[in-house]
Amino acid sequence: MATTTPTTTVRADVSAAGTRSISTFRLGRGLKTLWPPLAVLAAIILGWYVLSLVVLAERNFLLPPPHEIFTEALFNPGTAADIFLALWRTALVAVTGLAIAIVLGIVWAVAMSQARWVERSLFPYAVILQCIPILALVPLIGFWFGFNFEARTIVCVLIALFPMVSNTLFGLQSVEKSQRELFQLQGASRWTVLTKLQLPAALPAIFAGMRISAGLAVVGAIVGDFFFRRGTPGIGSLLSDYTSRIQSAELFAAIIVACLFGVAVFVLFGWIGRRAVGRWYESNRG
Amino acid sequence: MTATSIDTQLLRFSDVAMTFPNGTTALEGVDLTVDRGEFVTVVGPSGCGKSTLLRIASGLESATEGGVELDTDRIGYVFQDATLLPWRSVQANVELLAELHKVPKAQRTEAAKAAIDLVGLTGFEKNLPRELSGGMRMRTSLARSLTLDPELFLFDEPFGALDEITRERLQDELLRIFVEKRFAGLFITHSVSEAVYISTKVVVMSGRPGHIVDTFDIPFPMPRDPEVRFTAEFAELTGKISHALREGHR
Ligand SMILES: Nc1ncnc2c1ncn2[C@@H]1O[C@H](COP(=O)(O)OP(=O)(O)OP(=O)(O)O)[C@@H](O)[C@H]1O
Ligand SMILES: [Mg+2]
Repeated sequence: MATTTPTTTVRADVSAAGTRSISTFRLGRGLKTLWPPLAVLAAIILGWYVLSLVVLAERNFLLPPPHEIFTEALFNPGTAADIFLALWRTALVAVTGLAIAIVLGIVWAVAMSQARWVERSLFPYAVILQCIPILALVPLIGFWFGFNFEARTIVCVLIALFPMVSNTLFGLQSVEKSQRELFQLQGASRWTVLTKLQLPAALPAIFAGMRISAGLAVVGAIVGDFFFRRGTPGIGSLLSDYTSRIQSAELFAAIIVACLFGVAVFVLFGWIGRRAVGRWYESNRG
Repeated sequence: MTATSIDTQLLRFSDVAMTFPNGTTALEGVDLTVDRGEFVTVVGPSGCGKSTLLRIASGLESATEGGVELDTDRIGYVFQDATLLPWRSVQANVELLAELHKVPKAQRTEAAKAAIDLVGLTGFEKNLPRELSGGMRMRTSLARSLTLDPELFLFDEPFGALDEITRERLQDELLRIFVEKRFAGLFITHSVSEAVYISTKVVVMSGRPGHIVDTFDIPFPMPRDPEVRFTAEFAELTGKISHALREGHR
C-alpha cells in the first residue's frame, strides 16, 4: 500500500504525478502494450489453420478453420441472433450474481473485521465455499431452486463470492496500527473507523476482488446454464446443444463470444477500479 | 516557582512503571512533569521505553503502576511516520481530526486553512500525500494536530526519517509555531543536538527498564536564534547530555 512507503527519502517533486498521467494516455504507449497480445493472436490463428487444414484435413469438423466461425455462424443471422439472445440472458445472470456476491462478500468481510472471534468462526466457511466442487452441486441447486434464473444466479454467487470476501478482509486489515491509533486518540467510534478509515483503505483490494469475481461470475452463469439447459437457456445451454449436434463452427462462435464478454467485464472492472482509486493508490506493478 | 507549579502543571508522571503482558518491563519509577509553556525533550537509548512514555501520556496505553495526571483533554500526537490517509488531499487530511470531533464544515475548513498556512504548505492543499516530499508530509501531519489547538503536544521522533537540512528547517518551523501557540511540548528524539536546540528542558533516560537519570534546563531564550547552535555553551550542554546518556546506558 502507498501508506507503507517510509518517509525516508525526500521526493520533492509535485509535478511527477502530472507527467505520469499524461504519458499513460499517450497513444504510442497504447499500441506498445497492444502488439504483444496481437502477435500471440496471429500465431494462434496460424497454428489453428495448420491444425484444421493440414493435420485434421477431412476430419476438420472437430476444429473448423477460423474464418468458418464467421461465415458459418456469426454472419448467419439466425445463429447470431441465437448466440446474442443467449449471451444477453447469461449476462443478466452474471451481473445479478456479481452484484449479490459483491454485497454479500463485503458484508461478510466487514463482519469478520469487527472481532477476531467472528473472523475465526466465519473464515473457515469462506475457504470451504471456495473448495466445494461446485460442478457436483449444480444439479442439486437445480432440484432445490428450480432450473430458472434464481438457481443460475445462486451458482454464480457461489463461484464469485470467495474473492470478494478474502480481498475485502485483506483490505480492511491492511490499515496500519498508527492510523488506527490516530482515530482512537480522537475517540472515534467503530462505525467512524470503518467508514472513514478501513473501507477507504480497503478500496484497492475490493476493486481487485471485483475484477476477479466479475470474471468468475461470467463463468458461473455459463456453468449453471450448461447443466440446467431448461428454463431460459443462455450461452451455456447453447454450448451444450452445439456440442451434442457437433456444430463446431457455431460452438466456437459461442465460445469466443462468451470469452470476449468475460474479457470485457474484466477490463470494465479494471477501468472502474483505476478511476476510483488509481489517483492515490500505486499498485506494485506501477 | 515550586509553589505555583500545581496551577501550571499540565502533565505529571509519579513513579510510573509499565510492564507489558509478555513480561517486558519498559518503564520503572519514572517521575516527570511538563508545565505549561515548557518544551520537554526526552532522549534515551533505543528500546528504553520513550514511545511507551508518550503512549501512556496520550492514553493509548495505561501504566501498570504509579500515577499519571493530565490537566487537559486537548492533546496533539505526532507519530514518527506522518500517518496521512493516502486517499485524502492535504486539505482533507488536515481537516480529519476536526471532522472526527464533528466540527461544522465551514469552521474546520477555516481551521485547516490557518494550520496549513502556519506550517507553510499554502498552495499544496489539493495535493495527495504521494505527491509530497517526506518533509511536506510531516508538515501536513503537524498541521493536522494544530487544528485541535492542543495544549499538550506529544511528538514521537517526528523528524527521525528526514534528512539533515529538512530536519533543521522543520525544527525552526516547530520553534516558531511553539512561540506563537504556546502549547506545552513533550518531544522524543535520538538526536542530542536536536533536543538542546528545540527544548526548554532535556530529560535523559536510561536503558531498559527506562527511568530518568538526569534533567537539564536549557537556558537559551525563546524565540531561539539558529546561531545558538554554534556557541560554546551549546556545545558544552550537548557534550554533558551525551555523556549522561552514555552513563545511563551502562
Ligand atoms: N505492546 C508491547 N508488548 C510487549 N513489549 C513491548 C510492547 N511495546 C513495546 N514493548 C517493549 O518495550 C520496550 C520499550 O519500547 P518503546 O517502543 O517504548 O521503546 P523506544 O524507547 O520508543 O525505542 P525506539 O527509540 O527504538 O523507538 C521495548 O523493549 C519493546 O520491545
Ligand atoms: Mg519509539
